[in-house]
Amino acid sequence: MPGNAILEVSGLSVDYVLESGNIRAVDDVSFALDRGEFLAIVGESGCGKSTLLFAVAQLLAPPAEVSGGTVTFGGNNLVGLTDKELTTVRWRDMSLVMQSAMNALNPVKSIGAQFKDAMQAHGKHTKQEIYDRSAEVLRMVGIDPVHLRSYPHQLSGGMRQRSMIAMAMLFTPDLIIMDEPTSALDVVAQRALMAQIKQLQQTYGFAIIFVTHDMSLVSHFSDRLMVMYAGQVYEIGDTGEIFAQPRHPYTKALLEAFPSVRGPKVPLKGIPGNPPDLARLPQGCRFQPRCPVAFEACTEIAPELYPVNGSAGSSGQARCLRVKDGYR
Amino acid sequence: MTTDALHRGGAGGSGGSAPPEPALLKVDQLTRHFKIGNALSRRTLHAVDDVSFTVGEREIVALAGESGSGKSTIARVLARIYEPTSGTIAFGGRDLRTYKSRKDRLAYSGEVPMVFQDPFASINPVFRVSHGILRSLKLHRPDLSAQQRREEAARAFEVVGLNPQMLERFPYELSGGQRQRVGFAQALAMRPKLILADEPVSMLDVSIRIGLLNLMAKLRDEEGVSILYITHDIASARYVADRLIVLYAGHIAEAGPIEDVLSAPKHPYTQLLLSAVPDPTAPLTEITDRGEPPRVVDPEPGCRFRWRCPLAIETCARVTPRLSELAPGHAVACHVAATGAEVKAFTS
Repeated sequence: MPGNAILEVSGLSVDYVLESGNIRAVDDVSFALDRGEFLAIVGESGCGKSTLLFAVAQLLAPPAEVSGGTVTFGGNNLVGLTDKELTTVRWRDMSLVMQSAMNALNPVKSIGAQFKDAMQAHGKHTKQEIYDRSAEVLRMVGIDPVHLRSYPHQLSGGMRQRSMIAMAMLFTPDLIIMDEPTSALDVVAQRALMAQIKQLQQTYGFAIIFVTHDMSLVSHFSDRLMVMYAGQVYEIGDTGEIFAQPRHPYTKALLEAFPSVRGPKVPLKGIPGNPPDLARLPQGCRFQPRCPVAFEACTEIAPELYPVNGSAGSSGQARCLRVKDGYR
Repeated sequence: MTTDALHRGGAGGSGGSAPPEPALLKVDQLTRHFKIGNALSRRTLHAVDDVSFTVGEREIVALAGESGSGKSTIARVLARIYEPTSGTIAFGGRDLRTYKSRKDRLAYSGEVPMVFQDPFASINPVFRVSHGILRSLKLHRPDLSAQQRREEAARAFEVVGLNPQMLERFPYELSGGQRQRVGFAQALAMRPKLILADEPVSMLDVSIRIGLLNLMAKLRDEEGVSILYITHDIASARYVADRLIVLYAGHIAEAGPIEDVLSAPKHPYTQLLLSAVPDPTAPLTEITDRGEPPRVVDPEPGCRFRWRCPLAIETCARVTPRLSELAPGHAVACHVAATGAEVKAFTS
């Protein structure tokens, strides 16, 4: 849906440039995000999901660098822009919520002072404007504005994470990128935060890229789901469809790796082995050594993303030879 | 395989909060407070208050609760890192306070070892993996010769599913899952009776977790080890544990055979926890609770969940509810549930 897409990532690759040789952490990733869409990116540690986020936000630091592809945001390719050129986009149109609010917030500055910093870095504002807006965004996430005077340690984990989200909304951006924002929270706080993110999104219409390792967390909240493995997209499609019928054996295995609190208790096996070392990738499909349904060709042919034959109009794709052959 | 035994769940010989006598571990009215603040404002943080429970032979007991519920404090008191403020702990019928000499203490920590949450921080990075396990064997089982220690380490590695050749690797060469298996091997080498496992899988990738949970079940079924499994993840607790203890703000909210508790939770907090567990197969439940942390600094009497509880009655603000057994082995600390009324604070 060109025209409506707010973000278009095309053929994006990120290399870690090391003395021992380059390691490709993100390999030829493409996806588009519509205005107001919620995309969840799921994968295990080391699959490249965080590196991809940093590449989209143009926050990569050496030794990581974009080695190919484009990130088109609001019509401009961000790859190769200088920090100064990016300032007009960052935080105003695209903001970021990090995994650990305790580490992302400055412990010796009050919440209000940090909001003020962010606003002053991206434009000229009067004191009153800054206060009004800061109080407003805090109210949006359900925190009393008196906490503008509070320091991060005085807030609970959930409040800190919500104030991070408030900070990300200071300029009503078009896109908020979230890197596991709920992973440090208890289940109840986690659920409350997810519901709040979704509600804010519906009210203010921003798009979200939400990275997590916990698939079940996003099942009710994301529109589309992208599963990454060893730097590549392994499956992408409508969240509901993937949960109902995962096409890639890896997606299926991930879904089955969670014990349930309800229903009959079934013995689970998890996924044998470990994710591959990116410096020594297996031949053919990268998941093949751990795959329960791999066959000969999997060790020889590196699969591409093939369209799945889902319901009409579905844009699902999976990187599996079995999907290509229509074999299940 | 171990997985058959998983179905044993709470229905096995261990059902109820009073497992067959004598209990391996008996914790009675355990309380642990911490002094906080300075000379001008002295305050007391009630991390654990009046907690009693038992762990039987060959039993996995899950201690579940959110951060600040006191679950790690209990583990540390049991590992003798903290002294209890009051209350008694008996291990194998013997009061923990009588373990005084160095020999006694070593014997206790060999029988009740701990497996830590972070496998990246709990193994010394500058030594081979064998270093830690051989050293603890030397300390805790001095009767073994060097050769026997090596054999014992190799045996423990095999039980936890690691190749004994891994003993000569350095920690950085191992994945997170393998390191956590090393943690269990170290505990196992001491021929323990009870392993204190503090969030042993929470730092691992989802695809690896199940393997570790299956290992815990195997240790119970094949090695006869009991495990106190400390976790915030109810689903994983259900997968391996026989009994569940739900902690809230330092108090036990509910305890019992795990299937009984999860299929018919009687405490509003247990119901809230269950309703918040993400479940792709069920429709989304409406939750208005924000998940704010409990108040445990100089708490007043009364139920500590009352501020979040939609069913709180006047008694809840005055009297601290005590655990009472509402079904065989299934105890709940709730004034409303104790009246026999059906508690339905949160639906899942």
